Amino acid sequence: MLQIAKMLQNVSSRAAGARHVFSARPVCSRVNFQAVRAASRFADVAQAPPDPILGVSEAFRASTNPNKLNLGVGAYRDEDLKPVVLNVVKKAEGNIFSRNENKEYLSIEGLEGFRRATVDLLLGQGHPAIQEGRVAAIQSLSGTGSLRVGAAFIARFLKGATVYISNPTWGNHRNIFGDEGVEWKHYRYFDAATVGLDFKGLTEDLTAAPPGSVVLLHGCAHNPTGVDPTPEQWAAIADLCKERNLLPFFDVAYQGFATGDLDKDAFAPRLFVERGLEILVSQSYSKNLGLYGERVGALVMVVQDKESATRCLSQLKRLARALYSNPPTHGAKIAAEVVNNKELFDEWKVEMRGMAGRIERVRGELQAALEAKCPQKDWSFITRQIGMFSFTGLSPAQVDNMTNKHAVYMTRDGRISLAGLNSAKVEYLADAIVDSVRNC
Amino acid sequence: MSEFAPAAGRLAVLTRQLCAAAASESTWEHVAQAPPDPIIGVTDAWRADTDPRKLNLGVGAYRTEDGKPFVLQAVREAERQLSADPAENKEYLPISGLPEFCRLSRGLALGPTSVAIQEGRVATVQALSGTGALRVGAEFLSTHLPPAHPRIVYLPNPTWGNHKTIFAKAGFQVREYRYFDPASRGLDFAGMTADLASAPPGSVLLLHACAHNPTGVDPDAEQWGRLLELTREGRLLPFFDMAYQGFASGDVDADAAAVRRFAEAGLELVLAQSFAKNMGLYGERAGALSVVTRSKEVAARVESQLKLVIRPMYSNPPKHGAAIAARVMGDPGLCALWKEELRGMAERIKAMRAALYDALQQRGVAGDWSFVLRQIGMFSFTGLTRPQCEQLVSKWHIHLTLDGRISMAGLSAASAPYLAEAIADVVSSGSSA
Repeated sequence: MLQIAKMLQNVSSRAAGARHVFSARPVCSRVNFQAVRAASRFADVAQAPPDPILGVSEAFRASTNPNKLNLGVGAYRDEDLKPVVLNVVKKAEGNIFSRNENKEYLSIEGLEGFRRATVDLLLGQGHPAIQEGRVAAIQSLSGTGSLRVGAAFIARFLKGATVYISNPTWGNHRNIFGDEGVEWKHYRYFDAATVGLDFKGLTEDLTAAPPGSVVLLHGCAHNPTGVDPTPEQWAAIADLCKERNLLPFFDVAYQGFATGDLDKDAFAPRLFVERGLEILVSQSYSKNLGLYGERVGALVMVVQDKESATRCLSQLKRLARALYSNPPTHGAKIAAEVVNNKELFDEWKVEMRGMAGRIERVRGELQAALEAKCPQKDWSFITRQIGMFSFTGLSPAQVDNMTNKHAVYMTRDGRISLAGLNSAKVEYLADAIVDSVRNC
Repeated sequence: MSEFAPAAGRLAVLTRQLCAAAASESTWEHVAQAPPDPIIGVTDAWRADTDPRKLNLGVGAYRTEDGKPFVLQAVREAERQLSADPAENKEYLPISGLPEFCRLSRGLALGPTSVAIQEGRVATVQALSGTGALRVGAEFLSTHLPPAHPRIVYLPNPTWGNHKTIFAKAGFQVREYRYFDPASRGLDFAGMTADLASAPPGSVLLLHACAHNPTGVDPDAEQWGRLLELTREGRLLPFFDMAYQGFASGDVDADAAAVRRFAEAGLELVLAQSFAKNMGLYGERAGALSVVTRSKEVAARVESQLKLVIRPMYSNPPKHGAAIAARVMGDPGLCALWKEELRGMAERIKAMRAALYDALQQRGVAGDWSFVLRQIGMFSFTGLTRPQCEQLVSKWHIHLTLDGRISMAGLSAASAPYLAEAIADVVSSGSSA
């Protein structure tokens, strides 16, 4: 039946003799296309591969191996490897429900209380830039959504600009800018030899970037490497951006998760603002408030003057309107409730230190286990790396071994999420890593 | 000139950057102030108005007889259950959203006897309410329609303002088909069918499933049948925007009749579904995008590609609204309660139409106002001119969009006579120029 339909299409296109297959009515219009199962106009749509990160969790869920371990997505787990809803989040939700609020649309720029809170968190309450009204902020769909609005803004208002992203970086960065038609290039970042920052390479590559380029920087706890610049290196990068007229765009997804301290983790974007640079920032509350599925975040622009901030906000809103009209209300209410309530805010800081602390602890245990099993190799990078992830240096073949032989699910770039590890599984994981390193 | 354009653009960027650096002025000097959103501007003006008689007829959200926002009982109960459920957490949803929500949404739209669903031919992803569904759908089509199919979308004239923006952003050329007939304040069916008959084959045809926004004018059953024929003959791809299922007639099945008819006829179609109005979930952004295809195999591949559109947009959708909607649709008790409340909202809207009509008749306002009763859903296209609308705002403190659209949801039995008086005034005075 499909053949008949295709044949008819060919007949019509030859009959039409035109460029387009469908530019003329089909010759055999009397044929009942209902009876003939016509070819789908989507027949040539290819099967897309599973997402390299989120696909790992899918594969993990599908596995029936009793030893399976999910070190794929960066979602925090407690010592029992269960998802965690923070106590402050539960309390905040309780407060919100008891107020019996309505579900009206938020404005395009989002919940006012949340927008204020998120800027306060980023820059510090009472920061001069805030008082001068030169900060534009819209609530958006967590980190991804905020990056996307930022990318759309760059595509529209910095036509022709290239975005420089670290090598390696979170995979979705490439797709976000790519889907907005913004060209991206890599700058050197990770030095596999030292398992640290290739600062020389970074400096060379950014120095060579054309003025007017955008530089995507991870605010703290670099994903996937866990390698962050030192304060001195951050200062040098800021100076470089000033000299070369590069626009810094910070991806801040782990504020509070790197050191356990919200202010320390905001060091880099604050330094850049202090140096007089205009910056873009994408903020996410997925990890630090555990609000993952509620999609809470913000796109913030710190600019030179109030007038520019007003104009930029108006354009950010326009871009958001064409993507989703207005952002989801629930998660933002929770975040605003926690940050704006002194008691909850203090309690949050304690919970966050607890999460960061558990990760630090399992890092230490993993390193010790690896050192015991394989003393020839230097495993110190495990406790040097910052945040949720460790870049193990495992090759794709070794990663496949981890998954196929040991049921350890991780991304193929060698990244493991320590948030998904507990003391009970440290030995098992260490054995798997050592086996993969030695035998693959 | 054209071959120099990219270089000229690049030069402009560099010049801006270098000049900005020199003068320590903002990178963003050249960013213009965007025009204010006309619909949101109406509510802003209403808020600022101090007159006690003021009416907000611009609002696109349901209001009670007291003019208050309304959270459905079924929704409150579902939310309560969610908060008490120890199995609930805040983990990421899959890229395609909450599976149960997707399953129930397409079931609600296509009906319990849908062959397309039974055959597994429907790809459904959770979306950010109607807007998000439209954007993801438009982006998907722009990328994945066969190369020979024109990237042209036909929108009714008039339509919801954001339609044009969304499709244009996705790379579509936007064309209009005649729709509203100002003379009858009804459907210009002859114009509509003529325009659609001349559409290039493969074009996308955007249709409001029911309760057309902003006019309130819907095709009748016979007209839908003719549109189905035209769509099939013209090899157009129907893209339904269903934002008011259950709100138009009070009956979710009746309101989905057009969509179901097209699906049952074996056509491929795209559907954007919103739960903003019919479940009152507005700010929770609960919606779904469905693509009805010809085979289970194609549907699977389509879904995989929809995920590739979503991942770089927002990764995965917000959980709360979808979890509520899934619970409401999936629990027989809550579902029945919901449908009852939905009927109640639709009935109040209809009652407001009747009240306005009666008040206009009582005042003997010149003209045939029966369209107020004929038009369907929240909105009515009054046919009032821009100057008349401006009078309504400035003299009578009645806030509406200047295209003459009024929201019945903003009326009450008490305020309908006031509106009638105002209309009587503006149509009789010389401001009909």
